[in-house]
Amino acid sequence: MDALNALVALTNFVIVPALAFGSQLALGALGVTLVYGILRFSNFAHGDTMAFGAMATILCTWALQSVGIGAGALPTALLALPFGIALTSLWLLATDRLVYRFYRRQRVKPIVLVIVSAGVMFVTNGVVRFIIGPDDRNFADGERFIVTAREFRTMTGLDEGLAIKTTQGITVLSALVVVTLLFWFLNRTRTGKSMRAYSDNEDLALLSGIDPERVVLVTWLIVAALATIAGTLYGLDKSFKPFIYFQLLLPMFAAAVIGGLGNPLGAVVGGFVVAFAEVTVTYAWKKVAGYLLPDEIAPSGLLQLISTDYKVAVSFSILVAVLLFRPTGIFKGQSL
Amino acid sequence: MSGASGRAVRSAPVDSTRRAALLAIVIVALLLLTGFTQSWNTALIILNMGLISAVMALGVNLQWGLAGLFNVGIMGFVALGGLAAVLMSMPPTAAAWSAGGARLVMALLLGAATLAAAAVLWRRTRAGTGRSVLMASLLLIGFVAYRWLLDPAADAIESVDPAATGYLGGLGLPVLLSWPVGGLLAAGAAWLIGKTALGLRSDYLAIATLGIAEIVIAVIKNEDWLSRGVKNVVGLPRPVPFEVDLQASETFAGRARELGLDPVMASTLTVKLAYAGLFAVVLLILLVLAQRALHSPWGRMMRAIRDNETSASAMGKNVTARHLQVFILGSAICGIAGAMLTTLDGQLTPGSYQPLRFTFLIWIMVIVGGSGNNVGAVLGGFLIWFLWVQVEPIGQWLMVLITSGMADGSALKAHLLASAAHMRLMTMGVILLLVFRFSPRGLVPER
Amino acid sequence: MSEPFLVGENLVGGYGQADVLHGCTIAVDRGEIAVIVGPNGAGKSTAMKALFGMLSLREGGVRLDGESIDALSPQQRVVHGMGFVPQNANVFPSMTVEENLEMGAFIRRDDIAGTMNEVFELFPILKEKRRQPAGELSGGQRQQVAVGRALMTRPRTLLLDEPTAGVSPIVMDELFDRIIDVARTGIPILMVEQNARQALAIADRGYVLVQGRNAYSGSGAALLADDDVRRSFLGG
Repeated sequence: MDALNALVALTNFVIVPALAFGSQLALGALGVTLVYGILRFSNFAHGDTMAFGAMATILCTWALQSVGIGAGALPTALLALPFGIALTSLWLLATDRLVYRFYRRQRVKPIVLVIVSAGVMFVTNGVVRFIIGPDDRNFADGERFIVTAREFRTMTGLDEGLAIKTTQGITVLSALVVVTLLFWFLNRTRTGKSMRAYSDNEDLALLSGIDPERVVLVTWLIVAALATIAGTLYGLDKSFKPFIYFQLLLPMFAAAVIGGLGNPLGAVVGGFVVAFAEVTVTYAWKKVAGYLLPDEIAPSGLLQLISTDYKVAVSFSILVAVLLFRPTGIFKGQSL
Repeated sequence: MSGASGRAVRSAPVDSTRRAALLAIVIVALLLLTGFTQSWNTALIILNMGLISAVMALGVNLQWGLAGLFNVGIMGFVALGGLAAVLMSMPPTAAAWSAGGARLVMALLLGAATLAAAAVLWRRTRAGTGRSVLMASLLLIGFVAYRWLLDPAADAIESVDPAATGYLGGLGLPVLLSWPVGGLLAAGAAWLIGKTALGLRSDYLAIATLGIAEIVIAVIKNEDWLSRGVKNVVGLPRPVPFEVDLQASETFAGRARELGLDPVMASTLTVKLAYAGLFAVVLLILLVLAQRALHSPWGRMMRAIRDNETSASAMGKNVTARHLQVFILGSAICGIAGAMLTTLDGQLTPGSYQPLRFTFLIWIMVIVGGSGNNVGAVLGGFLIWFLWVQVEPIGQWLMVLITSGMADGSALKAHLLASAAHMRLMTMGVILLLVFRFSPRGLVPER
Repeated sequence: MSEPFLVGENLVGGYGQADVLHGCTIAVDRGEIAVIVGPNGAGKSTAMKALFGMLSLREGGVRLDGESIDALSPQQRVVHGMGFVPQNANVFPSMTVEENLEMGAFIRRDDIAGTMNEVFELFPILKEKRRQPAGELSGGQRQQVAVGRALMTRPRTLLLDEPTAGVSPIVMDELFDRIIDVARTGIPILMVEQNARQALAIADRGYVLVQGRNAYSGSGAALLADDDVRRSFLGG
């Protein structure tokens, strides 16, 4: 029984990746839930908004790299983020002005906005592919690892190594910072509170003199920031390809629904729930079981609950379970 | 469209019948034009896919036009139809069945039984921690047992001549039977999804259907014992003769030469025409049934519910049950189309099911054609499919024109030319947004 | 005689084609409580909405402190000093009591602490529950939050649409006590009420509307004593 090695393996293959993925999903789900709570529709274009944000950041990163500006051990993309966010904000405000605003003024049924957001999704996807092309882009630079597996083994003398990539560390840290800032904004500033009020009771908010267009503007700005950061972090961690962001749509929606649509805290919790579920269920537990169980009953098979091909089934099953048993989600968001 | 703003909006009345007739003439003209300028084979290929798309558009129109449901998972139901074609018409692989067929069936039954038992348990026992623990353990044990049975059986089956088969095969029945069976399979899946996601907010159905499509396609791609996965199932039986057989037949070759046609060309045209005939028959039957349903008391009630859900439910109509009916019907129609599609292809290619891309195209068909109008949706199916196919060469031509002024070898020019291929989808997105905004009732509006 | 502080004169209008109001007049003066009562469908809430600008009037006008405010939108009337407490959905349920009051004062840019203290003095229970989400409070407490929220703009007049709808009799008495306290601070209050008897008991002026017209007007006491009114609307 080798508990320490089991723990290290668990951390290396499950906990660290799940934390990183959870942070990315949390940021993505936050964007989805904000749009749902304030603008009152499920934004199918959010995945491709993340792609747009990542693309904008990549372009600025390349620009910075070409003039020799770097961030040392950290990826240059971090420096490019503010510009990426600015560009994405412009894009979102343009789509709002050209597409969503018309329907908002008409007070249409929510499903109309969902359909329209699907249209925006395709246009955004097309624009991204047009500008940056459909291929893989690797734009991470700087130190690759905070601690490599070999360093870890040398330090601790254990068999199992624990590798923590810089991008993983940055992801978790950024998510922490962003979430804290967002919650501070929503709960302690006048504008943030007015947005919560608008989400809570639109008519009363209007009566109180809250300007709806201002609320919408600030919402899109925040969503742009969230999407750009999430998209960039995901691209740094894995690699950038315009198509992959669409696959995140279902996990992000699942995360937002689990936490309670419209509830920011729920989105964050939901993001980690989905990430941990996906990673633990598709992980081959053979190694960890081998460390923990005596040799006689050590497993022969991979002990993988579900193959990685069915990753999508994990978030979908969680979504279905939540819809069946608790549609308002953990934190009782707005469901109907 | 009616119901978009919650009230029945009737702007200046449009003669829908005349619009439909005009649109039909336009489509026929376009096809004839293609035949003359490109080739008759091309025209017939477009026609056949257009017929299938029209059927799918009809199904989607039932869901959207009658009940205002946004089904993003159309591809999943289409894929189920394709699977049905394989499961019904391919010959069974005897060796595979003996290797692990029985165990596999047992595993599936066990899985289904576990779920059923869980459902019964949930309903019959009182809420509380005890029930949750019981459910969790039941599901866990069931899952483990299911995998313990399934994995070795699946491996055994897949190792039987993997190059040619490696799967269980089908029932060896006539392929035309698989079309209604495809509809039934899709209806079953629709029932499951509908029970879960209908009655909640409309966004939830969209998200849930997105997921189900992904899962269905993932299953077909990965469960080789069922569908050979990405190795594809080729050589599906056909309801029409093979071209080579026609060419070999003396009577056929003779008749072709009399008409002044090369027998090879004649055989390809005949086969395509035969398919077109079959598909057209199916489309007509479904269209007639759909029109009957639309104008029946049931159809009127559905539209009343759509236009004012709150007062309808206040009157005691079970809105969710009605929505479920429409959802199942529309999905079944898509399943039939899926079986037809796979039959036309002659093979099941799981990799070709792009969940959102084709789904989206069908939606444009419905919206452009006329949401709520069955004939409009069908015509929209033809028109949009035609555009989708022809836009690529036109787009390339346009891009060449635009970049003609640029220096050869310039990076920008290369980039623009390469991007032209990707612009199809974006163009469709723009079309959707424009039509939805400026002409939401479509070309052939609901009456 | 100087004009009453808030006057809606000869109001004619409705929600679409059909008129609900057929030329009624409502007025409330400084330091007064005025109450609108009447049978269902009489146009009580409609009259109040007309005063607040949520209804387009075909005829008639509304004047606040002598000035015509017909051209102002409801939000603008709030800025001009009208406070309005809707009948339903009149709080932000997921926000705390304190946040609700803050949102009530949204149009103000100055320091609202003083006003908030005054509201807490008027409604002590709100001070106790200031950090609780408004949606978790009981019906009567929620109504107090709603009224407090409207008071945060230091309105020059307060309009209440059926403030005691759906609350128990004891809570209703307490609410009316609070409303009297508010009136004592000098703000003219106009109230639409279903509980006619209790409402008229605290009213300085009462209007009985029937089918969008003034049927009876007078002081609350006079209306309570009037045989016709008693028989028709107060159950004898």
